[in-house]
Amino acid sequence: MKVKPHTESGLKTWVGLAALVLAMGLFYFGIPALIAQNPEVYSRYYTTLSGIALLSMASAGVWLTFYIGRINIGQGVFCLFGAYISGILVVNYGMNFWYSAIWAGVICSLLSFLIGLPILRLRGVYFAMVTLISTQVATLVVQNLAITKQGRSFALPPPAALTLPGTDIVVIPAFTLEGAAVGFYFAAITLMILTFLGLYRLVNSRIGQLCKSLQQNEELASSLGVNIVWLRLVAYAISCFVGGVAGAFYGAQQANLNVSLFTVQDSVNFLLYCFMGGLNYVVGPLIGTITLRLGWDQLSPTGEYQLAIYALALIILMFILPNGLMSLVEEGKKWFIRPNHRQKLQSMSAQKPVKTVAKSAAKKRPKTAAKTAPKSNKGRK
Amino acid sequence: MSEILQVKSITKKFGGLTAVNGVSFGVKEKEILSVIGPNGAGKSTLFKLISSFMKPSDGEVLFNGKRISNQAPHIVARKGVVRTFQETTIFKNMTVKQTVIVAHHLRSKANLWGYFVSTPNARNDEKHFGDSADEILEFLGLSSMANEQASNLPHGHLRALGIAMGLATNPKILLLDEPFAGMNHDETMKAVKMVRDLRKRGLTVLLVEHDMHAVMTISDRIVVLNFGTKIAEGTPEQIQKNPAVIEAYLGHEDKEIGL
Repeated sequence: MKVKPHTESGLKTWVGLAALVLAMGLFYFGIPALIAQNPEVYSRYYTTLSGIALLSMASAGVWLTFYIGRINIGQGVFCLFGAYISGILVVNYGMNFWYSAIWAGVICSLLSFLIGLPILRLRGVYFAMVTLISTQVATLVVQNLAITKQGRSFALPPPAALTLPGTDIVVIPAFTLEGAAVGFYFAAITLMILTFLGLYRLVNSRIGQLCKSLQQNEELASSLGVNIVWLRLVAYAISCFVGGVAGAFYGAQQANLNVSLFTVQDSVNFLLYCFMGGLNYVVGPLIGTITLRLGWDQLSPTGEYQLAIYALALIILMFILPNGLMSLVEEGKKWFIRPNHRQKLQSMSAQKPVKTVAKSAAKKRPKTAAKTAPKSNKGRK
Repeated sequence: MSEILQVKSITKKFGGLTAVNGVSFGVKEKEILSVIGPNGAGKSTLFKLISSFMKPSDGEVLFNGKRISNQAPHIVARKGVVRTFQETTIFKNMTVKQTVIVAHHLRSKANLWGYFVSTPNARNDEKHFGDSADEILEFLGLSSMANEQASNLPHGHLRALGIAMGLATNPKILLLDEPFAGMNHDETMKAVKMVRDLRKRGLTVLLVEHDMHAVMTISDRIVVLNFGTKIAEGTPEQIQKNPAVIEAYLGHEDKEIGL
């Protein structure tokens, strides 16, 4: 699922599809089957994994803002607001949870327009700083509103059944207290898969190319007629929509909202998941979230040393793989196709000058050939 | 020939410094007009004012009789006034062809949602952009480099890539920012031919340039700036003989020591 080149696209599509089918099989059947082996010990993994799925969704939003060239450390805002918007709609207005989650996303993206219009003008570290602060602001907002019960315990009922509008046909059955963990697991992985498929489609469509042009040079993009303000807002709104929906589900899964559901720490974590997974790959945030969350959980027996080991592991990983875990794929590819690759490049650099001279005896040709030849040497390294 | 672009007593002040001071001139349709001047004469500022990358302190720019100054650059581009940048301004991590395809933005018929769900319009656009990009690259002699990373291109080809992006937007008037800077004589002559070919495509070209020789060869008319003020306007022959221009470039003739 590499974003960049269009070459080898046929093979890539098949590899991508195979990976998708495998992942879906694993999430929908493999993991439940594994847990069924010893439900008493393993069933807690339903909660862990649905948490991971939802957090990876939120990180996918952060990844998209990276894709337009903005460092976003404010996704926690929209996760927190999403959780509370959905909670308020369900508890105070009696809305069905499933609709309330969509409303949470919609309201978050409307909010992101208001926030984004002024702050998306900022670039680089300035945008990062403002978004970082915004999470703190969101925390204070929740702590000071009556409707959020000052950020103290805000109990939520399990989601009611979702029926087709105007009929009694049940699409999603009501969650029972005991079955909620499993229900949320399937809901979360479905959302996660939809999010990443959507993101993949977005990045590989023309919109992705436009976003990339924005990331690389906004002035140039606007000189070509791209409405950079609008495109930035759209990308940010999508990011916040995803964050809001993820937050709504995360909150409902906890069955109890409080202000520390999403803090500055979480905003930073989303960013970390993206970095750790790899910014060049759509699945980067997913890989990063799975690795870091599971890693963190596995370290819990070490008690007081947990954070120290975790931090050390992070530093070492970033040192070895500055482009994230997904850059291992790149390395692997090089490793596998190296003999072939080398041969091909050698023959290319050997042939090119001869070929071009023969093709057109014009004066300018040898020059271009000579210029490209050393480049292919560089590529081999 | 009517004037499609009119610059009307445009002024730009940066604090106490007046970079461009009441400059007026017009560009006729299918003309190649160059703006020249010594270093610091205000050429670059004027260029940004015309392409609306900067707002004038006073005066205005009209395109086809309508005001384009004070509007966002992408709106000005949509109207057909498109600028190129100097060569370092490219999309580094895209191939040459991808760059030119992206640059077709103004020709798109589908909207963002259309591209996401791949409507027939969007698919048409994508096919059309690919073909048109091939044609443009062929026209500018970049075909052999279509799949190179843009950041790997040599000097002269980067300049051509800049022009390719400009062409992809289907402009009426193309503004070139120092298209011959840093080129040797051969490269310049090739670039001169390229700019002439642009006119054959029905384009009007306004360029800001340093290279005297190239400007004299290529231009129909020349506007000369010095210290932010227009000091001369005319054909290359007229400009070469103009005493004010000679003075601006070479300085005073000093009678006493006979220089």
